[in-house]
Amino acid sequence: MPKKGTKSTKGTDDEPQQQQNKLPDHLELQRTRVICKAGAPTHTEGFQYSGAYAAMGVDTSVSVDKFCMNFKVEVKRLTEDDMEFDMIGVDASIANAFRRILIAEVPTMAIEKVFMVDNTSVIADEVLSHRLGLIPLDADPRLFDYMSENDVPNERNTIVYKLHVSCQKGSPRLTVKSGQLEWLPEGSQLNMAAPAQSGNKQKTYTSFSQSQKDISKESLGVKFKDITIARLGPGQAIELEAHAVKGIGKVHAKWSPVATAWYKMLPEVVLLKEIKDDDAEKLVKKCPVNVFDIEDLGNGEKRAVVTKPRSCTLCRECVMGPSEEQVRLTRVRDHFIFTIESTGALPPEVLFTEAVKILEEKCERVISELS
Amino acid sequence: MTVADDDRECAEAAAKDPNALPAPTYKSLAAPVTKSVDKFALLPAFLKVRGLVKEHIDSFNYFITKGIRNIVKANNRIEARNDPSIFLRYNNVRVGAPSVQVEYIAENITPHFCRLTDRTYSAPVIADIEWTVGKQYDLKRKPQFIIGYLPIMLRSHTCVLNGKDEAELARYGECPLDPGGYFVVKGTEKVILIQEQLSKNRIIIDTDSKGRVIASVTSSTHEIKSKTVIFMEKDKIYLQLNQFTKSIPIIVVMKAMGMESDQEVVQMVGRDPRYGDLLYPSIQECAFERIYTQKQALQYMDDKVMYPGAGNQKEGRSKSILRDVFVAHVPVNNGNFRPKCIYTAVMLRRMMDAILNADTFDDKDYVGNKRLELSGQLISLLFEDLFKTMNSNAVELLNKATEKIHSSPLDLSLHIKTDIITNGLERAISTGNWDIKRFRMHRKGVSQVLSRLSYMASLGYMTRITPQFEKTRKTSGPRALQPSQWGMLCPCDTPEGEACGLTKNLALLTHVTTDQEEGPLMNLCYNLGVEDLSHLSGEEIHASYSFLVMFNGLILGKHRQPQRFANAMRMLRRSGKIGEFVSIFVNEKQHCIHIASDGGRVCRPLIIADKGISRVKEHHMKELRDGIRSFDDFLRDGLIEYLDVNEENNALIALYEHEDQDDVQRSSITHIEIEPLTILGVVAGLIPYPHHNQSPRNTYQCAMGKQAMGNVAYNQLFRADSLLYLLVYAQRPLLTTKTIELVGYDKLGAGQNATVAVMSFTGYDIEDAIVMNKSSLDRGFGRCIAMKKYTVTKEKYDGGFSDRIVKPQRGKDGALLKQNMRALDEDGFAAPGQIIRNHDIYVNKQTPKNTNRGSGPPLTDRDYKDSPAVYKGVDGETTVVDRVMLCSDTNDRLIIKCIIRHTRRPEVGDKFSSRHGQKGVCGTIVQQEDFPFSERGICPDLIMNPHGFPSRMTIGKMIELLGGKAGVSSGQFHYGSAFGEPSGNADTVEDISYTLVKHGFSYNGKDLLYSGIVGHPVQSYIFMGPIYYQKLKHMVIDKMHARASGPRVLLTRQPTEGRSRDGGLRLGEMERDCLIAYGASMLIFERLLISSDPYQVQVCRKCGLLGYYNHKLKTSYCSMCKNGENMAKMRMPYACKLLFQELQAMNVVPRLKLTEG
Ligand code: SF4
Repeated sequence: MPKKGTKSTKGTDDEPQQQQNKLPDHLELQRTRVICKAGAPTHTEGFQYSGAYAAMGVDTSVSVDKFCMNFKVEVKRLTEDDMEFDMIGVDASIANAFRRILIAEVPTMAIEKVFMVDNTSVIADEVLSHRLGLIPLDADPRLFDYMSENDVPNERNTIVYKLHVSCQKGSPRLTVKSGQLEWLPEGSQLNMAAPAQSGNKQKTYTSFSQSQKDISKESLGVKFKDITIARLGPGQAIELEAHAVKGIGKVHAKWSPVATAWYKMLPEVVLLKEIKDDDAEKLVKKCPVNVFDIEDLGNGEKRAVVTKPRSCTLCRECVMGPSEEQVRLTRVRDHFIFTIESTGALPPEVLFTEAVKILEEKCERVISELS
Repeated sequence: MTVADDDRECAEAAAKDPNALPAPTYKSLAAPVTKSVDKFALLPAFLKVRGLVKEHIDSFNYFITKGIRNIVKANNRIEARNDPSIFLRYNNVRVGAPSVQVEYIAENITPHFCRLTDRTYSAPVIADIEWTVGKQYDLKRKPQFIIGYLPIMLRSHTCVLNGKDEAELARYGECPLDPGGYFVVKGTEKVILIQEQLSKNRIIIDTDSKGRVIASVTSSTHEIKSKTVIFMEKDKIYLQLNQFTKSIPIIVVMKAMGMESDQEVVQMVGRDPRYGDLLYPSIQECAFERIYTQKQALQYMDDKVMYPGAGNQKEGRSKSILRDVFVAHVPVNNGNFRPKCIYTAVMLRRMMDAILNADTFDDKDYVGNKRLELSGQLISLLFEDLFKTMNSNAVELLNKATEKIHSSPLDLSLHIKTDIITNGLERAISTGNWDIKRFRMHRKGVSQVLSRLSYMASLGYMTRITPQFEKTRKTSGPRALQPSQWGMLCPCDTPEGEACGLTKNLALLTHVTTDQEEGPLMNLCYNLGVEDLSHLSGEEIHASYSFLVMFNGLILGKHRQPQRFANAMRMLRRSGKIGEFVSIFVNEKQHCIHIASDGGRVCRPLIIADKGISRVKEHHMKELRDGIRSFDDFLRDGLIEYLDVNEENNALIALYEHEDQDDVQRSSITHIEIEPLTILGVVAGLIPYPHHNQSPRNTYQCAMGKQAMGNVAYNQLFRADSLLYLLVYAQRPLLTTKTIELVGYDKLGAGQNATVAVMSFTGYDIEDAIVMNKSSLDRGFGRCIAMKKYTVTKEKYDGGFSDRIVKPQRGKDGALLKQNMRALDEDGFAAPGQIIRNHDIYVNKQTPKNTNRGSGPPLTDRDYKDSPAVYKGVDGETTVVDRVMLCSDTNDRLIIKCIIRHTRRPEVGDKFSSRHGQKGVCGTIVQQEDFPFSERGICPDLIMNPHGFPSRMTIGKMIELLGGKAGVSSGQFHYGSAFGEPSGNADTVEDISYTLVKHGFSYNGKDLLYSGIVGHPVQSYIFMGPIYYQKLKHMVIDKMHARASGPRVLLTRQPTEGRSRDGGLRLGEMERDCLIAYGASMLIFERLLISSDPYQVQVCRKCGLLGYYNHKLKTSYCSMCKNGENMAKMRMPYACKLLFQELQAMNVVPRLKLTEG
């Protein structure tokens, strides 16, 4: 999948390229790994200073060339709602910036205003509105503008939904689902209470100049049709109109495009000593996610090997008890397993590119401010 | 301790059920028992038949079925004073169905109707009456005569809710989880709290404040309550009674009762020479007084009677006092004082025992010496008093009527004022003041408003026991935890502060007895070989082999084989021949058998064990689970019995059947606990792993659990409470306890499962503050609804005028005249669903300008002035009109109740708490992206500082976190019931850790977290998982307050006080001291004068008094010196000027001496 910001690199693996001088092993380990001891992780922060190892003739400064050589993105899983990819060769702060932007700054559409016509259900108006706000909408926010304070709601900044359900007397209880929200591409159908001016048309709460059907090819419904909004008893009814606007997750979590987005550093499990026979069996049993396996050495001898370090959840079982000295758990400092769970408005890969764009914009802003 | 003597074994063999095991040998005991019987199912079964507040309901039921009959029967005939043949008689009293009289038609009512319409949920007390009319003594009968209306306890026999299932309750608008046991009086729910009292009619040996040994008895009969005290001073023994001015030597009293021979007295007390030695000084004193005969003794006592009464009546007074007041509960039949003599002798004997052996003192705080007075008893006291008042009133009225008009019909039924009872009961319950003149009883706060803050708060009220002492006493004795409380009273649930340890709560399985008929029991005792004392000499009474048999404090007789007698009685009880709550207690020390059937004793069910082998077997439990067997069947079959605190002393109770205790012989175990968690009460029962917490933390949680917001009842949205807090998304705790399920807290929870990370973050978490995740709040965490009721009454005035409610006034163009009418509907009331802001009108009411003009022409619009009800809210908050309810009150006025709803999201300063007494305010709210996150992408909802743990030692909270984490990962609720690990009612930490590891977590619950701000891993593993958090009712929005200049008090012109009056913040004495010490004199000047109440006065330099300023002449003038020559201007606080003038009014002259400044 082609992506912005993805630069292919030539044949380097996740080890950063060494300069002429090599650091001693233990320092190299501290530089590139977070070491997860049984009691507490150590060396979590790493060294930021480029000249930290200058005395040993090792230059750890950042340069675009180096970055371009080392940086790599590998998509591991991609579905409609979520994706997992590896981001290799960046500092934690960069990975974190993407995560933060994804959660808080990529815009989406969410219901912000609710006009209650009738609500005789047990749910209070405010609570019902709050619930409506949290429903993910299937609307591409890139098609819309932000609505600022003195904007009139129009087809470019507002999506209008209608909900009109009632439960007949004598019928069993009714569950109102998000699927019953009906998109009104022509704008609001509610008339303003103020006396109509001499104009020909009754004024409604929106002023659409064209149908939203012209703006969006797909219908702007809700993403999931089975979210319970309310329950109605016999004789109760809900009638309302909901206006969705564009916003960002910083303001309210309902505008966050992701359920969550996070990363973890690549787990690395190393056997420091050869573990054989019974001990090997024990070690394999200890791990709840089967990181270890048994290798048959022939003549009845067995040896433990690390087969799936990636799935390690860091339960630290393997570094407790007798095997403490034999296993080393680490996290690779510049290899991030990034997961994005989209709420549905945009597919996860698009979300990520959006996030990159926003970061770019920010950088440009800084540069322009500085110059 | 039980003595397993031969008698007992015989009895037990007989009582053994056919499929019992053979007597166990030592070997069979040592053999490991694979599976213990799961007795837990007994608990829900018990609560099903009993409910949570059965003691209240039982007590009230006893009153309406038996008590009220006995009271009326005892006073059923009233007669005219001068002609006894003019009479009225009540027959067949009963309580009807709850109803109200509407235009002479009885209309049935439901509790919810009463709550909403401010009515009393009461039922008529109906009697059949017959009476004579006139001098001809015509006998008339009326079958359905209503004596008065009695407030009805919800869920009692006569309540409409009794025995209804969930669907029917829903139809009545009632919550099925509501326990009942309270009253609805004038629309408010009132609980009559359980009152703790020292037991009646029992001898208590104690020392008084002067260190004297005293034996006291509080006697209580239907007629009289009295307190008899016998004490020893300077080796001599005296009787103290209120009716005598001085204390009376006890030997004189004995002689006055007819025991003239000193030898008999000594014999009666006991032949032990040590008793004789102790009695000797008293006998000697009596001899000094030269009192040898009954007559002399009575004469001596007559001189000391407190109120000699009218002159000649003095003679014989002391005899009647001895008969009626002195140990009043011991009856004197046909002038036979012997039972009283014996009783006094027993008192003396016990007293001397105590002197000789300090172990035999009674402990006033011992729960067995306490009685709990419940609503039934309290109401019956009140009812009896009111009934008698009503009758005597009727007689009085009849008397008066005949005196005035001779021809008036002599008809008693006309003079019976039924509202004496109706109003009396209603007033007492609604004010909580119990005033009964006859018993000189003036109690305040007997009934209290049932708190509906949360479900737990209401339940807590129902189990609360209020103390007998005033709370101010500093003594620690009654406050301390008593060993005898075990299983009866909750050791955790007590308030902090002044009532600490005095106010207690019932434990989960406690039952409070009601009175049981004494006659048949007494006969039974005699049949079982109790020898009546009247035929026995003192010598025989105290023979070493025989035990005295005390029945409800009376001496019934003696028995030669006490153990056999006790076993026989117990057998009868277990087989259901006598009531299950009768207690048989063998007191080896006192050589007594106490049999009690009186009301107010606390008792609890226990499984009977034969030589350590439980009678409840697996097949019984299976039958219970299959629904074939109920809890009552267990009682009936003698598998379970109730033991009260005294009888527990004869039992050896094991926690578990199959557990070997180190120092106890298995075969001596007589009973087995049903479940150890039942030693806690309802409120303490919702704490998970309370046995791992430091005990005060559990106590704190008991107080806080009652302030937590949540769901109040199923009908919460249809209630009209004056203030109701609801949590929007209340959850069931992930880590539950068995008690939670039993009481229904899982259905009406008050909190949410929050993912908590225990770490330090941002620094805004010092002092127990918590850091909250903004996105969690956005998504609904901690959101609550506050509903407030505002009531408006449409007043009625003389002449048929009344207030009126008008539609909002509009101008010509249809626009509202005033903006604050925007919430109003066209009918003049605020419309439900409307947003209402500060200063908006919610009822557009108008009042006639002249309200007392009597009748006249109909009023026009001009005769009304606006008197709208204006909403006072917080500026900038949107509140919504939830409901508007209209009803008419008992005076037929229209009542408008507006319920205004405010939905709030948590903000900085709101108070939260976990279930382990760990409260904290929200310190700051942080964006989700700044929050740390785990490798699974989990982001905590709130962060708690780890410093909350070391000093509080709430290990239970840590286990809750672990258990909750294991619960969410395995999809099961984990349990943390008190002391539940051995019986499987609580998951062990080992099991939980195992589950955690299985799901890829660390066994210790600590995860690697990444900092959300910088992006790299946090330097330590963070303890993270779900903990149930409660939002407490203390919210910043209700408390925050500040003001600039504002309203002032009229009198002193100083700023007002208090938030509700928009008051200023006082710069008090201590603050002033600080400023003085600092030397900020101008600041003090500014605060105390300029910003408070500056005032300019004219002072006369000559006389030093205040003058005035004449605005017309533009001069100042001294009214004392009658001139304006020496006047000076001065500024001082207005309060100071006021003080001078007030002093002058009191004839004190304050003079000011002025010097040039
Ligand atoms: S830390 Fe746990 S999950 Fe990771 S390798 Fe060791 S045992 Fe397996």
